Amino acid sequence: MKVMKTLAATTALTVSAGAVSAQDMSNELVLVSWGGAYQDSQQKAYVEPYLAMNPGLTVTWDSSSAEAVAKLRAMEEAGNVTWDLVDAVASDSMRLCDEGLAEELNHDEMLAAAPDGTSASDDFGDLLVSDCFVPQIVYSTTFGYRNDMVGDTAPTSVCDIFDTTKYPGKRSLQKRPIDNVEWALYCDGVAKDELYDVLGSDGGMERALAKLDTIKDDVVWWTAGAETPQLLADGEVVFGSTFNGRLFSAIAEQNQPIGMLWDMQSFDLDGWILPAGLPADRRARALDFLKFATDTQRLADQAAYISYGPARASSAPLVGKHAELGIDMAPHMPTDPANAGNIHVYDYEWWADNRDDLNAKFEAWLAK
Amino acid sequence: MAITPVENQTPTFTAAVVGAAGALAGLFVGTAQGSGLLGVVIGGVLLAIVGYVAPSLTERQKPVRWAILVGFIVAGLIIGGVPAAVVGVLFGLFFGWFAFWIASSRYRAHLAPYLTPKQVLWHYTFRVICGSIFFFLIAPIVVVMPLSFNAQDFFTFTPEMLRLDPEGYSFKHYRDFFSNSEWQASLWNSVRIAPVATLLSVGFGTLAAIGLSQPHVPARRAIMAILISPMIVPLIISAAGMYFFYSRLGLQGSYWGVVLAHAALGIPFVIITVTATLVGFDRSLTRAAANMGADPVTTFFRVQMPLILPGVISGALFAFITSFDEVVVVLFVGSAGQKTLPWQMFLGLREQISPTILAVATILVVISIALLTTVELLRRRSERLRGMSPG
Repeated sequence: MKVMKTLAATTALTVSAGAVSAQDMSNELVLVSWGGAYQDSQQKAYVEPYLAMNPGLTVTWDSSSAEAVAKLRAMEEAGNVTWDLVDAVASDSMRLCDEGLAEELNHDEMLAAAPDGTSASDDFGDLLVSDCFVPQIVYSTTFGYRNDMVGDTAPTSVCDIFDTTKYPGKRSLQKRPIDNVEWALYCDGVAKDELYDVLGSDGGMERALAKLDTIKDDVVWWTAGAETPQLLADGEVVFGSTFNGRLFSAIAEQNQPIGMLWDMQSFDLDGWILPAGLPADRRARALDFLKFATDTQRLADQAAYISYGPARASSAPLVGKHAELGIDMAPHMPTDPANAGNIHVYDYEWWADNRDDLNAKFEAWLAK
Repeated sequence: MAITPVENQTPTFTAAVVGAAGALAGLFVGTAQGSGLLGVVIGGVLLAIVGYVAPSLTERQKPVRWAILVGFIVAGLIIGGVPAAVVGVLFGLFFGWFAFWIASSRYRAHLAPYLTPKQVLWHYTFRVICGSIFFFLIAPIVVVMPLSFNAQDFFTFTPEMLRLDPEGYSFKHYRDFFSNSEWQASLWNSVRIAPVATLLSVGFGTLAAIGLSQPHVPARRAIMAILISPMIVPLIISAAGMYFFYSRLGLQGSYWGVVLAHAALGIPFVIITVTATLVGFDRSLTRAAANMGADPVTTFFRVQMPLILPGVISGALFAFITSFDEVVVVLFVGSAGQKTLPWQMFLGLREQISPTILAVATILVVISIALLTTVELLRRRSERLRGMSPG
C-alpha cells in the first residue's frame, strides 16, 4: 500500500514537474558554491542527473560562496544579479534574509516531500533556521591530528589543543572568533550550556582570549578550509581544525596519517538561498532545480562523495557507501552517534547579534 | 689563456677559504639535520683540513678529487640515503674543484696582474651576489615543477618523491587539467579573451601614441596622464569602478565587458612602448612620403608602422600578458561564464590547494619560455635581414 502511494506521489511529481518545464524556464543556471570536493559532490549527486533530465540546460558554477554576502550586496546595488542559486552557510543565509537579498521560501510548497509523505518542513525539522534557507548538509568544524606526532596517547579531548606540554608543536585554528572562543571557555572550565552566558557577560570574551593567549605563539591561523589538511600533510602542525569533510578526504582518499578528534565538534549547516528579485524564467528554473536537488534521494546521494550529513531526516537511512572507495560512509558522518558523543551546537542568533563586536575584539587581540 | 702567472697558495690561506665555504655548506646541512651550529663546526673543520693539504697535492689532483667525491657520497648516504647521496655528489664535485681552484691560485689566472687582493675578492663576490639574485628569482618557479608531478594531492615533497621512487610521481594533475571541464573552460575563456583584448589595446594604444606625439595636440600631458592612469591607480579601485559602470551599461558579466576592461588595462603599456619608439622616428620621412603622393593611411602602413613595429610588438606582448595574468578585474567585471585561467587558479589555491595549479603553472611557464624564445629569434632574424639589405 505504502509502495503504491509513494509510486503515485512520484508519478504525480514527475508529471507536475513536466508540466511547468519547457518554455517558461531559462536554459541557463548559475550556481554558486564553495569549489573543491564539496562542489564536486554537488555536481555528481544532483547537477549531473538534473542535466540528464534537461538536455538543453547549461549549468555554470561560480565558486564564490566565501564572498556571497558582499557580492550579492554589490549585485543588488548595481541592479544586476547574475546568480540563480547560492550555496551559503546558515549564518550568511540569515544575514541575506534580513537584508532582503534572499527570497523567503514556502518550503512545503516549493520542496519535495519525503518519500513517506512527510512534509518538507517536518523532514528538515529544526534545521530550517531561516525562511530563506534550504539546508543541504550538516557539517562540523573539528580537529584532525598527526598520528605520528602525538606520541603514544592520541588526544581524546578538545582541551588537548590547549595543552602544549603534553602535545608540543604548532596547531592551526580558523582566523575568526566563532568556535575558538567557545572551545577556549569550555577548556577553561565553563559548562557547555553556559558558554554563551559567560561569553556575553562582562569580561567573558577577555577570559576566552586569555585562554587562547596560552597557545597564541603556537597557532597557525587559517582562512581557507584546504589549509589545515595541507599543514597536516606537511607535518607543520600537530593538530588543526577544519571542516570534517576535508579531513575525511585527507584520511580516506589521500591516505594521510591523520586521526579525527570529534570531541566538541561544532555543528553548522550549509544550504541554498534564492537571490531576491530574479526574472520569472530564471526563478522558475532555479526553483525547479532546487526541488530536485534537495529531495530525499539526492541529499543521500551526496553523502557518497563527501562525509557531510544530509539535512533531511528521511535521507539518513539511505546513506550508502563511498562512490569510489566503497567504504561505509555512515561512520564518517559528523552526525553518527559514535562521533556525536560530545558536540557543540553553535548559537546562530547569539552570534548574529554579537559578531561584529567580537570580531573587532578578536582582531585587536590577534594584532597584539 | 692565463694572463697572470699562478703559484700554489699557502696551506693556511687555502684552509681558511675552503673551511669557510665548508662552514657555509655545513650550516645548510646541519640546519636540515636539526643543529645548524654543529653543521658549521663539522663542515668548517673537515674542509679546512682538505684545504690545508690541497696545496701540497696540486700535482695529483685527480685521485684527491675522486676521494673527496666518494667521501661526500658516503656522508650523504649515512645522513639521508639516496637523495642525500645525490646532494653529496653535487657537494663533492664542487668542493673537489673548489679546493684546488683556490690552492693552485687558478682563480687569479685570467684576471689582470695588477689587481689587488681586495679587487679580486670583489670580482668574485660580485659574481656570487649576481648568482644569488638569479637563484632567488628562479628557484620559486623551478621548485613548482617537480611538485606538479606529485602523486598526492598536496603541495608536499613526499618521502617517495625524495627517494626518487617512480611511485611518488604521476601525471595525474596534468590529466586533471586536460580532462576537468572547469579548467578547460577557463583555459578556453583566457584564450578567447586575451588576444581580442590585445588587438584592441594595440589598435587604440598605437593610435593614441601617434596622436599624442604630434606637437600641436593641446593638453598632451593631461591626456597622456589619463590614458596611463589604469597602470598607476590601484587595480582594485579600477575594478570596483568598472564593476558599477559596466553594470549600468549591461556589460558586467559579459564577454565584451571583460575584453574591454582588459583592453583598458593593456593600453598604457602599448602607449608607453610605442611613444618610446616614436622618439627616434624621423618625422621628415612622413613628409617625404606625402611628397611622393602617399596618402596618410598609406604613409602610416608603409613608412611609419614598419619603423615603430618593435615598440608595437613589445607593447602587444605586455598587453597580452596583462590580460592573460589578470585576476582582480575579471573577478569584478566577469561572471562565472568568463572565468579565466588565473581566476580558476586563484580559486584552486583558496579552496583546494590542488597540485593541478602547479601543473598549470608549469605549462604556462613552458609556454612563456617558448613565446619569448620565438620573439627573440624573430627579432634576431629581422635584424640579420635588415643588416643584409642595402642601406
